Amino acid sequence: MNDLSISIDFKNVVKKYGDNTVIPGLSLEVEKGEFFTLLGPSGCGKTTLLRMVAGFNTIEGGEILFNGKIINNVAPKDRNIGMVFQNYAIFPHLTVAKNVAFGLENRKLPKAEIEEKVDEILKIVKIHEYKDRLPENLSGGQQQRVALARAIVIEPDVLLMDEPLSNLDAKLRIEMRNAIKDIQKDIGITTIYVTHDQEEAMAVSDRIAVMNHGVIQHVGTPQNIYQRPANIFVATFIGRTNILDGELIPNNKGFVLKIGEYKEIVDNLIISREIADSIPVQVSIRPEEFIIKKNGEGVKAKILNSVFLGLNTHYFVELETGERAEIVQESTIGEILEPGTEIGLKIKKEKINIFNKKSQLNITEGVVNHVSQKQKI
Amino acid sequence: MSAKSKRYDIWSTVTLIIFLIYIIMLVFPLLTILVKSIQDGDTGSFSLAYFKQFFSKKYYYGSLFNSLKVTTCVTILTIILAIPLAYIMATFKIKGKSAIQVLILISSMQAPFIGAYSWILLLGRNGVITNFMENTFNITMPDIYGFTGILLVLTLQLVPLIYMYLYGALKNIDKSLLEAAESMGCTGAKKVFKVVIPLILPTLLAGALLVFMRALADFGTPMLIGEGYRTVPVLIFNEFISEVGGDDGFAAAISVIVIIFATAIFLLQKYISNKKAFSMSALHPIEAKKEKGLKNVLAHIYVYAFTIIALLPQLTVIYTSFLDTKGRVFSGGYSLKSYEAAFSKMGDAIGNTFYLAGLSIVVVILLAILIAYITVRRANPVTNVLDILTMFPYIVPGSILGIALLLSFNKKPLLLSGTALIMIVSFVIRRLPYTIRSSAAILHQINISVEEAAISLGASNIKTFFKIVLPMMLPGVISGAILSWVTIISELSTSIILYTGNTKTMTIATYTEVIRGNFGVAAALATILSVITIISLLIFFKVTGEKEITM
Repeated sequence: MNDLSISIDFKNVVKKYGDNTVIPGLSLEVEKGEFFTLLGPSGCGKTTLLRMVAGFNTIEGGEILFNGKIINNVAPKDRNIGMVFQNYAIFPHLTVAKNVAFGLENRKLPKAEIEEKVDEILKIVKIHEYKDRLPENLSGGQQQRVALARAIVIEPDVLLMDEPLSNLDAKLRIEMRNAIKDIQKDIGITTIYVTHDQEEAMAVSDRIAVMNHGVIQHVGTPQNIYQRPANIFVATFIGRTNILDGELIPNNKGFVLKIGEYKEIVDNLIISREIADSIPVQVSIRPEEFIIKKNGEGVKAKILNSVFLGLNTHYFVELETGERAEIVQESTIGEILEPGTEIGLKIKKEKINIFNKKSQLNITEGVVNHVSQKQKI
Repeated sequence: MSAKSKRYDIWSTVTLIIFLIYIIMLVFPLLTILVKSIQDGDTGSFSLAYFKQFFSKKYYYGSLFNSLKVTTCVTILTIILAIPLAYIMATFKIKGKSAIQVLILISSMQAPFIGAYSWILLLGRNGVITNFMENTFNITMPDIYGFTGILLVLTLQLVPLIYMYLYGALKNIDKSLLEAAESMGCTGAKKVFKVVIPLILPTLLAGALLVFMRALADFGTPMLIGEGYRTVPVLIFNEFISEVGGDDGFAAAISVIVIIFATAIFLLQKYISNKKAFSMSALHPIEAKKEKGLKNVLAHIYVYAFTIIALLPQLTVIYTSFLDTKGRVFSGGYSLKSYEAAFSKMGDAIGNTFYLAGLSIVVVILLAILIAYITVRRANPVTNVLDILTMFPYIVPGSILGIALLLSFNKKPLLLSGTALIMIVSFVIRRLPYTIRSSAAILHQINISVEEAAISLGASNIKTFFKIVLPMMLPGVISGAILSWVTIISELSTSIILYTGNTKTMTIATYTEVIRGNFGVAAALATILSVITIISLLIFFKVTGEKEITM
């Protein structure tokens, strides 16, 4: 089925509600068979965008193309999409099998074929034994499987999923996200997945688009966006991080990064060395990118608090600059540092990300960002 | 471009058609009476003479004061009686609670004039209780004709209505709110006044408005038991119907005054309740507790006493219907003569009732489903106006609507007066709101994504509606339709103006038999009506699986 899947292009897509522009011109390319996730905080426009693909939201400007064909004015029922809703939207008065057969019946398939397809898909999503039950007798996870089966049984061109796991408990969520990923890979449908949960996004996606205020901040693989976030928003939204103020001072070898009184030479920047003055920057240091130095080397810091979580120990510290930071260390046998202990902090300089304070953009080498069009941030 | 073109679908057509129906069947008639009221009867030129006439004679404007007095007193009294009733039923374990719920409901479902007539049989000049007290204890009972009687009948009739509202609201209070109040030292009566009543205030206001409008519009009660205590509906009826000096224009003018007055009250209530509005839903509803001692006894006495008094008229009617009659007088024994007479003389009326109410309810269901759908799912300025129009019958008293319809459709091309159609139109317009409201309520609970799912699976709008939405709405539609049905068969104030010999319903027949003094036949007819009502309500409970009705 892989060769049948389609690509989706967004060309300068605009969404307005009255005078309120929610998406101010967004461009994006989703490849054939890709598992693509729209990730962002609530209200960032991700669901709005998804519903524009589905046809439930109007498009006020720009174009959405399936395999190069503009679909702006195609009615939702004719777009051949499969959609999985946040609340599953299972038809409560129809049995599991009838729910799944609904789309096939609309396509006027012969009865025998419908039955065959329904059986097949119910086996794939592992709910075949509940075939004749009414949805109210199913658990959340099972309902979710019905919704998924119903969406994919029609062999849609695109599978759209709107926060499909947000109503499940933590354990089931992990089980279901693996199931979704496996099934998607098996049948190879181009999939757009919406979530606000960054861990979930990283777990399932081929690529992720991080959105904020209707603008795409970063498009890349999970690794891309975690390790080299395009800007400060992405750095703080994906995973945990500490954003510290710093200064870049050019010298003959490269640049010296200065945080408080601590200096470290960095040589993986994409800015030219000929800059005469120092540049104010913001540094994103993830909790695991600090190294605690009991001898006081590095940024001076004082332990405020600690949390022992088994595998790791988290420390909350106050830096000499007055800023606060979180540090994660693999737990060691022996004492946990007491509150009030004075320490030094060094950084794993190849891992950290440095942002121009003014533009908020990452100036570290290695940022991969597939945003089609340069957007002002 | 796509934004515009997408809005036009089959539902736009449906909206347009229903809107037109309302323009013709409600807006046009109301405008007609407005025009009539400001036209000179002979010349047709603009004139405020009718309004001057109304406000210049105490005979006329006095009836407005009478109405206001009755309505206000009834509203206050029902609130005073209904709050304890609802509070006790919600928080106390009362023996036979489910039965009492049903009985209270049944007591409210009868046409008020039947209540009036029963109280005359009981407490009237020659009433059973009056005679008994007179003969046995030599006590003269107070006169129940006039203001007192209207107050008694309407209050007993309307307490159940507001009670059902309040009971529903009390069930929506989370018991942790009361526990929180108690933990802070607010208990007993203080808790009721400081916490419970403020929490149910929005519902109380909504219920009070409904009671007010019902009391204002009621025609049968003051007609029977008022004895010269003229309220506005009576005045309008007399001015319109009376063979000597009946005057359409003047009746129209009074109608306009009443509508303005009612609208003012309606807007005032809206204004107040919008300020007080908040929504609640209880995770842990209040549970009825078993109380002990005097408190428990008093609670039981209150509930039982109210239920018995409220049911007394029905029981009287049923009892009366089995009394043997000789002509118009009761001969002392028991027989089924009244039923024989009812079926032989009034068989048409029974048939008419089923025919007219049956057709009406079909139209009600059809329109309510469509209106609920377009107002909930296709909210736009047109459907908003439609939403308001459909609720208009709450403010326009039935007799006024009757006059409006009659004045509007008495000449070609819309010659409907005297036909079954005009009766059906009036039933539909007046009783549609019940079904719309319960249909809309259930539709609000259906997540729109269910419809989107159907569409994304390739179903058309129509198919989505009939295969997915409608089956899910059905319980709400049916429960509303049963309420509409029950209120259609007991409708009097509009049909009394619109009926002719061919379209006489049981309720009208009962009323006319009462007026003629054929109490036996009237009682038999009323009993048949009661039985139909009770069966309908039992079906309602069966369908909804509930023991309560929320309106």
